[in-house]
Amino acid sequence: MSANPNATTPDTARTSVTAPATSDLALPRENYLNAQYGLRSWLLTRDHKRIAILYLISVTAFFFLGGFFALLIRLELLTPEGDLVGPDTYNRLFTMHGIVMVFFFLIPSIPATLGNFLLPLMIGAKDLAFPKVNLGSWYVYNLGALFTLWSILHGGVDTGWTFYTPFSTTYSNTYVITAALGIFVAGFSSIMTGLNFIVTVHRMRAPGLTWFRLPLFVWSMYATSLIMILGTPVIAITLLLVAAERTLHLGIFDPALGGDPILFQHLFWFYSHPAVYIMVLPGMGVVSELVAAFSRRRIVGYRVVAFASVAIAILGFLVWGHHMFVTGQSLYTATIFSVLSMLVAIPSAVKVFNWTATLYGGAISLETPMLYALGFIGLFTIGGLTGTMVATLGFDVHVHDTYFIVAHFHYIMVGGTIMAYMGGMHYWWPKISGRLYPSFLSKLSALIIFVGFNLTFFPQFILGYLGMPRRYWSYPPEFQVLNVLSTAGASILGIGYILPLCYFAWSMRYGKAAGDNPWGAVGLEWTTASPPPTHNFDVTPIVTHEAYDYGQAPVLGEEARVV
Amino acid sequence: MSSTHSALQHHFDTLDQQREASTFGMWCFLVTEIMFFGGLFTAYVVYRLRYQAAFEAASNSLLTWAGAVNTAVLICSSLTMALAIRSAQLDRRKAIVWFLLVTMLLGATFLGIKAFEYTTEFREHHYPGPSFHFDAPPADPNPHHAEMFFAIYFCMTGLHAAHMLIGLGLLSSLLAPAWKGRYTPEWHNPLECIGLYWHFVDIVWIFLLPLLYLFGAHGTK
Repeated sequence: MSANPNATTPDTARTSVTAPATSDLALPRENYLNAQYGLRSWLLTRDHKRIAILYLISVTAFFFLGGFFALLIRLELLTPEGDLVGPDTYNRLFTMHGIVMVFFFLIPSIPATLGNFLLPLMIGAKDLAFPKVNLGSWYVYNLGALFTLWSILHGGVDTGWTFYTPFSTTYSNTYVITAALGIFVAGFSSIMTGLNFIVTVHRMRAPGLTWFRLPLFVWSMYATSLIMILGTPVIAITLLLVAAERTLHLGIFDPALGGDPILFQHLFWFYSHPAVYIMVLPGMGVVSELVAAFSRRRIVGYRVVAFASVAIAILGFLVWGHHMFVTGQSLYTATIFSVLSMLVAIPSAVKVFNWTATLYGGAISLETPMLYALGFIGLFTIGGLTGTMVATLGFDVHVHDTYFIVAHFHYIMVGGTIMAYMGGMHYWWPKISGRLYPSFLSKLSALIIFVGFNLTFFPQFILGYLGMPRRYWSYPPEFQVLNVLSTAGASILGIGYILPLCYFAWSMRYGKAAGDNPWGAVGLEWTTASPPPTHNFDVTPIVTHEAYDYGQAPVLGEEARVV
Repeated sequence: MSSTHSALQHHFDTLDQQREASTFGMWCFLVTEIMFFGGLFTAYVVYRLRYQAAFEAASNSLLTWAGAVNTAVLICSSLTMALAIRSAQLDRRKAIVWFLLVTMLLGATFLGIKAFEYTTEFREHHYPGPSFHFDAPPADPNPHHAEMFFAIYFCMTGLHAAHMLIGLGLLSSLLAPAWKGRYTPEWHNPLECIGLYWHFVDIVWIFLLPLLYLFGAHGTK
């Protein structure tokens, strides 16, 4: 579909990328980072790129806070006895780990940072549709975060991140109301982001950028946003009811007053299962970009991959009951939820197969982002396949509430989402900061993360299969070897996450200038300067190519700017 | 459409694009509102099916005439809201302000009648909690089941009233710009968007009336 008359030969299409010679490059004199100075210019900014940086700082802080809780959990589980913390403290640790990681890191991570930064750039817009709403969402997020921090500082919550009733409404003596309100408030930032993205994709695309020319990252952001605006209000009302029940003694979820605690679980999982896809769909979008860029090929079956994102978003709303197989739901209900859950494997597998097919015959270069992308594909496949296992009724009853489940969802959330997030950060960091990070060190840290991750979580599959339940501070001595392995892996993983923080910060000042397009990638975001100017494009681009048109890769960047 | 209109924000190319974006954004927001109320409607359906007799008796104790008057008040306020937008389209500046004021007056009337109802229910100890009292019907003597109706009733009407209050705040924010002549046939987007919100809050009430006030009368026949 290209207007470019240059004939494409397989040879040019397969030109491999090498690290660019950068000594002669300089940062643009004026860009979004130095257009204005002072704290005020950041806190009142309406520039989507600056808001992405604000979010980046917030979610990074929460990532390390959640990681700190994880560290304490793993330290406690180093020995079978409860010798580091008592059971009450342990309950609070895993609850706060879950709440912080799910609601304050994973859900906003890719959409609010990379999505915020890239969505307007990728569609050739000057900004998101509602810049003030975008800035507002960051303040709302931080307000929710303050509630949660207040609750942590006063001793935390011990209900688990799921807030199951009636424990959370009647029996828990911790700060449930504050934590629930924190998540309630933070949920609105998620709604604001999702709404902004949907309107932006519908109304702000550059001339010529039809739906099927959109990068797959935009498609996955769109599907994610659908879940955000349809699902988040449900958890909002649910947590509001929990808070109201604790303060006003309403009894909606209290069996002693005629209420039904299972109703809470239905309402909670109606959001919280789709929320898993809020976390992983953006990761899939990132990986689509990385696989295309580093194998110099258009993603095989572009349209199928795009529709697979939407299919996952829709199917995600129909499977919540698989969290409730052992709550006494009828066998018919359970069977239907089981089958529907397995259906999610189809669009997910479509994506994995299409990425693999893209790699096959591509000119692969193993730059740092690609290492993360390959890690994602492998780890997500393990997480997804074990997901199909636990969607099976008989098997789920065996491993329910064991470490098998813990390992399964960490393979999706950490092995999937965080791998993709790291890959995306390494891919677009030259665009965000205008600078390059140390290549060898970044590849080393990708390797450390991969090794550390598998060492942490693979033993947990075995532990769970052998019957170690989750959410206990002590365990029988025969489980110790695998737990020691897991704790050792967690410490390696921790180093792997601290390294990028250090060299990204280092590169902000000392990194070499990256140039507009260090990877030789296609896509509108690479046609503007690095870092981009506040208004993104000097001239609104006119799109004449399909996404991932790597046949014309070397010339597209120049051409789009001339237009 | 002029491309240099003072209301055109920097990141839009035309006023049309800006108008379409904000109207579409408002519709998306209303979808989230439907899901938000949806959780409560789900709870209502679950417990009404489970405690049919108690729910009918509790429903019968509500002041149906107050609910009916309030429905009329809200529908009229939606009409005046639509007339305010129509006045903007016809470039009748003062009419916009007057219709907005009447809309707000009707909204306040609704809240006043609602407050009267709440007072009556509190006086009769129909609010959930330790001092709840309700003469349970013989078909379902457990008082907690009627209490559940009132819990859901207060949650739903309370959340609706909160939306009304927010709506009144939004409407009042339109008054000064309307008086200054900011809303013209060419551009009156805030009126349209807040109008959509107002109609939505109205429609939620249209569902609440039969579900909370009317179904008991129907069931006892």
